[in-house]
Amino acid sequence: MSVVMAAAAAGLFSLGTWLLLQRELSRIIIGLGLIGHGANLLLLLSGGERGRPVFAGGHGTLADPLPQAFALTAIVITFGVVAFLLALAWRSVELTGNDLVEDDVEDRRIASQRGDHDEEVVDEQALLADQSDETTVSVHEEHER
Amino acid sequence: MLQAVIGLALLAGGRRLGRGAFAIGGASALAVLGWALWHRAGIVAGEPVTEHTGWVPQLGLALDLRIDAFSLLMVLLVAGIGALIHAYASRYFGATTPGLHRLAGLLVLFTAAMVGVVTTSNLLALYLAWELTSVTSYLLVGWNDRDARARAAALQAILITGAGGLAMLGGFVLIGSAAGTFDLTAILASPPTGARVEAGLVLVLLGAFTKSAQWPFSSWLPGAMVAPTPVSAFLHSATMVKAGVYLVARFSPAFAEQGLWRPLVLGVGLISMIGGGWRALRQYDLKRILAFGTISQLGFMMVLFGAGSPEATTAGVLLLFAHALFKASLFMVVGVVDHQTNTRDIRALGGYGPGWWWPRAAAVASGASMAGIPLFFGFIAKESAYESWVHSPIGGGGLVLVGIVAGSVLTFAYTGRLLLGAFRPGAAYEGIVAIEPLDPTEVAPVTEAPAPTWTLWAPAAVLAGLTVLLGVVPDLASKLVYGAAESLDPAVEGGHLAIWHGVNEALVLSAVTIALGLAMVAGGRVVGRIGRVVHVPFDGGAVYLGALRALNRTADRVTSVLQNGSLPVYAGVILLTATVLPGAVLLGADVPTGLAIDSSPGEWAIAALILAAGTAAATVRRRMAAVLCLGGVGYAMGLYFVLQGAPDLALTQFTIETLAAVLFVLVLRRLPTRFRERPTPRGRAVRLVISLLVGMFVFAFALIASGARTAPSLSGYFTDNALPEGGGANVVNVILVDFRGFDTMGEATVLVVAALGVVSLARLARPRSAAAGGVDGVDGIDGIDGIDGAGGADGLEPAHGEDAS
Repeated sequence: MSVVMAAAAAGLFSLGTWLLLQRELSRIIIGLGLIGHGANLLLLLSGGERGRPVFAGGHGTLADPLPQAFALTAIVITFGVVAFLLALAWRSVELTGNDLVEDDVEDRRIASQRGDHDEEVVDEQALLADQSDETTVSVHEEHER
Repeated sequence: MLQAVIGLALLAGGRRLGRGAFAIGGASALAVLGWALWHRAGIVAGEPVTEHTGWVPQLGLALDLRIDAFSLLMVLLVAGIGALIHAYASRYFGATTPGLHRLAGLLVLFTAAMVGVVTTSNLLALYLAWELTSVTSYLLVGWNDRDARARAAALQAILITGAGGLAMLGGFVLIGSAAGTFDLTAILASPPTGARVEAGLVLVLLGAFTKSAQWPFSSWLPGAMVAPTPVSAFLHSATMVKAGVYLVARFSPAFAEQGLWRPLVLGVGLISMIGGGWRALRQYDLKRILAFGTISQLGFMMVLFGAGSPEATTAGVLLLFAHALFKASLFMVVGVVDHQTNTRDIRALGGYGPGWWWPRAAAVASGASMAGIPLFFGFIAKESAYESWVHSPIGGGGLVLVGIVAGSVLTFAYTGRLLLGAFRPGAAYEGIVAIEPLDPTEVAPVTEAPAPTWTLWAPAAVLAGLTVLLGVVPDLASKLVYGAAESLDPAVEGGHLAIWHGVNEALVLSAVTIALGLAMVAGGRVVGRIGRVVHVPFDGGAVYLGALRALNRTADRVTSVLQNGSLPVYAGVILLTATVLPGAVLLGADVPTGLAIDSSPGEWAIAALILAAGTAAATVRRRMAAVLCLGGVGYAMGLYFVLQGAPDLALTQFTIETLAAVLFVLVLRRLPTRFRERPTPRGRAVRLVISLLVGMFVFAFALIASGARTAPSLSGYFTDNALPEGGGANVVNVILVDFRGFDTMGEATVLVVAALGVVSLARLARPRSAAAGGVDGVDGIDGIDGIDGAGGADGLEPAHGEDAS
């Protein structure tokens, strides 16, 4: 376990997060790339000590093959994600001329609403009026007359 | 089970049946009744019918049915009244009323659930059936779903009883785990003790109090009166609200001495009995008078069962029996009045045409039973209740006795209000009903109400007849009542019920009750004045409303903070949650010893390179520079892979990094050269904090995880078997294509999906203005040609058609 490399991975995560929290899609993509590198580092670090390349029948201390296999998969997948996000950025540029991620208008609308008009509350107020004593009651059901 | 099937079938396919659905429902209830009567003799003699079906044995959940005499009594009441209710409902509703099949199906489902509550002997199954009754009650109260009050009342009912039910489940789990079994019979036979059990008992009581509408949780029951009257008569007087009482009755003989059980039950029961009776005196709506009366009577039953003494238990069984008969009958008569006059306001009622003798007689008989007048069944119950508390050895027994006498006086008074208000012409002007003379324009008096058909009042008359029969010849019920009491508490000795026990304390108290009750009825105007001033303290209804509002407001606030539409905020919240929650656990973990910074110079150099390039990528303001720095990190990673003995990774990394750089450049040349966004200082600070937290978390995680290995590494297996099993010497390659081949297939799928996305996004036509630039070089992206052709496409329409042409 290399403390130095763990610190490097942590640094990559930190920097990647910093970029991930921006609004420009290209920076977000770069941040994702950094985090991907950090994750690959972590994968390798989780294996054993370093060693010679793992070939069957090799001599001396061999490296741990399993984390390598994982990391290999992860590298390729990260590339796929980055490529897709780049296509999104491309599309965004075509439509708006830049790659800013705008706020979701519908979410904004929901967030600005206050619950005074919630149906349940209206129902409750109807019930509340009915709860006090000495009220006149007029519930008419569907009777057969 | 059969009931449930029929109920579901009615719900699903009964639309065409209309009122006929009640016939099927009634038949199913009759079948249960018949079964119960068939097995009556054996069960009453002390041989319960049991049946065992495993369900989820790992949880101790089983469908254990155990029908002893008390369960039998409950089943008889549920099925018998259920059958009458179905007959009543089929006449109560008009033939064209929509949704009747739904009502009938729900009633049958409810009957099934209720029978389940009283027959299961597994605590978890009991909880399940209990909640099913709550759910069906919710649907029944809200049956008229166009009425806002019905919806609100249904919501209130299920929220309160549901919360109580959850508390009860917690109590069951505590008690069950202390006892080592969830079998009710076993637990009651050898009750566990300890602090955990005492806490569990309080939770169970919460469930019982909410279900039986006891103070301070009673506010949902009067609200539930917006349900159709047949539903009120069945669920909210005779059966469902008795579930809480049933539970207390089951538990009391074994647990009355433990913890807070007895003081809680007696206290809450007494407050409910007196408070409910007091509020009943101030209602104008017949059903609300009955609802508060039900709260009062349920409180009475709580007091009797909660004592846990053999005599009081017997009295409780009697009262439960009597109450089911007279209350269901009264509700049905009220329904008849409502049906014929279209009002339930006692200030308007009183004027009837001919043909009302039978409904009136049924109401008077049932009311007399409720008030505790001799020769009616309720009198026997009240007499034995007094008797049990006169000689009770329980501390504070005198106080309780005074309480139940006071409650009974109130019961007498509101019975008088109910009967006089409903049936005496001009009662509204005599001070019994209203304090002030009535304004006829506000409530129009009913005159010459048309007579109901006999089929409408017959079910009520049947129950009233039983009340009279058992009141005159109580010995008929001796076996059943004493058998039921004995199955609750083996200390109960059998006996015979009789009207006359000679002149004793109980008889004197009964006389006092009747005298005081008469005085209250006569002095109704005075009582009404006092009632305007003296209120029942701490009404739970206001708390319920406040809690609901607060919940709504909190939900709004949380939503507006978390769901504000900003991607950085969403990402920040997710990252913080993912960091802080597991991070809190990591704080308590051990950091492995022996970690030294003894890395080779190569590692130092690579780490420095990675961090330097990464920092530059995150901070430079030129896009292209940032991308190149990202590539720098990638190449440094590749170097590290070489150092680590991973040539495949290094090769892949170099290739991918180069490819990615090309892609970036293709996209970035369409973008401004510099990043433009300038966040506010506050935004920068928040981002910085989140980023640092994430970094610290990852660092701590890496260190702690390295010392947390418990199982031996799998890697040796792969190294040894790559050649013989996989036929390849490069172990990493063999793992990818052979040992973990599915993994690789998934990876390939992801790439295909991403490629499809990229292709379709890139081929969408761009708006004319952007296309005018004619960026030919871009066409090389992913080898797609033909974007030029899209230049002529209109607006945002896909360019596929033009490509093809």
